[in-house]
Amino acid sequence: MSIYRNHVLIPVDQDTIQAGSLHLKKVLLRELARHKLENEVKVLETGTVGVIDRGAIFVVYPERVYYYNLKESDIPALVEEHLVKGRVCKKLEHAVVDDRIAFREKAGLGLIREQKRIVLDKSWKLDPENIDEVLALGGYRALEKVFERKMSSQDVIAAVKESGLRGRGGAGFPTGLKWDFTAKAEGAEKYVICNADEGEPGTFKDRLILEGDPHKLIEAMTIAAYAVGAGRGYVYIRGEYQLSIDRLQNAIEQARSYNLLGEDILESGFSFDLEIKKGAGAYICGEETSLIESLEGKRGNPRIKPPYPVTHGLWQKPTLVNNVETLASIPFIIEQGGAAFAAIGPQRSPGTKVFTVLGHVENPGLIEVEMGTSLREIIYSYGGGIKAGKKFKAALLGGAAGVFVPEEMLDVSMDFESLKEKKAVLGSGAVLVMDESASIVEMLVSILKFFAHESCGQCAPCRIGTMQLLKTVLNLKQGKASAADLETMAKLVSMMQAASLCPLGQSPIMPVMSALEHFRAEFEALLVKSA
Amino acid sequence: MEKTSVYQKYQPSPDNLLFILHDLQDANPQNYLTREDLRETASYLGLAYSYVYGVATFYTMFSLKPRGKHVIRLCQSPPCQLMGSTSVARELKRILGIGFHETSADGLFTLEIASCLGVCGVAPAMMINQEVYGNLDPERITEIIAEKRREA
Repeated sequence: MSIYRNHVLIPVDQDTIQAGSLHLKKVLLRELARHKLENEVKVLETGTVGVIDRGAIFVVYPERVYYYNLKESDIPALVEEHLVKGRVCKKLEHAVVDDRIAFREKAGLGLIREQKRIVLDKSWKLDPENIDEVLALGGYRALEKVFERKMSSQDVIAAVKESGLRGRGGAGFPTGLKWDFTAKAEGAEKYVICNADEGEPGTFKDRLILEGDPHKLIEAMTIAAYAVGAGRGYVYIRGEYQLSIDRLQNAIEQARSYNLLGEDILESGFSFDLEIKKGAGAYICGEETSLIESLEGKRGNPRIKPPYPVTHGLWQKPTLVNNVETLASIPFIIEQGGAAFAAIGPQRSPGTKVFTVLGHVENPGLIEVEMGTSLREIIYSYGGGIKAGKKFKAALLGGAAGVFVPEEMLDVSMDFESLKEKKAVLGSGAVLVMDESASIVEMLVSILKFFAHESCGQCAPCRIGTMQLLKTVLNLKQGKASAADLETMAKLVSMMQAASLCPLGQSPIMPVMSALEHFRAEFEALLVKSA
Repeated sequence: MEKTSVYQKYQPSPDNLLFILHDLQDANPQNYLTREDLRETASYLGLAYSYVYGVATFYTMFSLKPRGKHVIRLCQSPPCQLMGSTSVARELKRILGIGFHETSADGLFTLEIASCLGVCGVAPAMMINQEVYGNLDPERITEIIAEKRREA
């Protein structure tokens, strides 16, 4: 193997690509060739650094210099100064020496608190397309441990139960229990499915896990399959996530060639293989039974539950369906033990959580922190506070199927139990921040448009209910609604919650009622004066 | 990819339906599925035409109408809405001279509404075919569309 003098790491994800990272990579390679440095400087693509909205970023090693907000015209100077002459290119305004913390600080990323990274621990350090790097950084160690220590499937499930891990897709169901049900379900043929149909507005954590460290998912699914006795797995990825699909496909092929997937994995006698299934644009397919229908090549209409997928899933066989982030927590749990995971965060919702912080904040992006971190810390310490010094008005937690929270709730602990006590939800971990200029009515219009568009139309309460809600709120916006209409909305959402077949129709109650509860005055101001 | 090779790539098993529809649509320069495509797929997989039609019309990524060379999918979800997608939509409609779900007369652009594209860190955002464009405002829209027109 040749020794390189410098490494240039280029975080490549959807966000930096749109800022031109791939084009700049080409420019960099061209400049390196011009200086005949191809054999001295190695250029690597990595996953996200967790920093969004700072344009294209290069990290130059071994000096650990971060260059950000890069433009094409910056590259010749960067190459000449840093890679030819070996000194930090001070001409570039956006250069930071030292580590990620210093980088975040200098890049104006607010008060800096180091994050607790379990799920995204490797994602920005490695080239996700190179399995050797993954292995060098400790990838697949949990899988090796399972086979080396000859852990039984019950041992694996016991560790997951001990960890207290709860589903990160939004529902928060105990993962160990789900695994146990699937393991105990009758049937020789079982499946493991990874739900990567991330469609909740404001959520893109799963995309960045897939783009940054796809091998972690493969490792976790193999462990899950071993635990429940499945021989085949599917990753259902939404069709919009082409980069995730490409990276995961490449990772699957590499894992196969290293005998980490396929027949007799690591000579353990256990066989398991994986396939990607691409969605085609339907929010409803994030619901596990719709996802299964879609996987079978049908319309994504949800099934009536029970029976649940753990006994009657894909092709009516026992099937384990887990979210990407849930699975990505598994390697840590197996490697470090369930107790180590349970020790992080609050007792009833342990572990870390990946949040996407968006909207009117200084530093939109994703963070991985301990469960139970307060909403205030997430917005102010990690998100850098409200943009342009404005005042906080509300946050929408958990996406469209989420709740509006007012300023009085900023100190709530962000975990399943604490939020539930306050009639709020953690959901997918989206935190959409609104400043004083935002209109809650406008946001509710947008949410209800979304539900009306995404309702699959199978059951009447949801099909008709979402439409009626949208009509009412549009009337309200145009000053054509009365106080009675607000009551109708409240009644309608509760009927929908009781009568709808799946979580889509059961969800509008959350944004509608929280908006009416905390921001009622805004709605009342728009009512027609009673004649 | 040629249409015939799409069928060769997949076993005639119903769970491959979405894959086949994706590939057939990609193979069509006008970015859509023809009735002929649906009929052939139905017969290849041993499914009823109505079944295949039902699936093709369920998912928003499939179109049964011819579309432009560039399919613009503008995100209209709450995070993008909050960050100004309404003015972006207005500008797109103005520059292209079309409304949502319409194709420009030169056959270059089709404008569509998309639910969350999962790039909310750079909201408001849109995709043109497979490419993501973020931090949009009316000026950026002008540049992007001008560039796509130049390429044509």
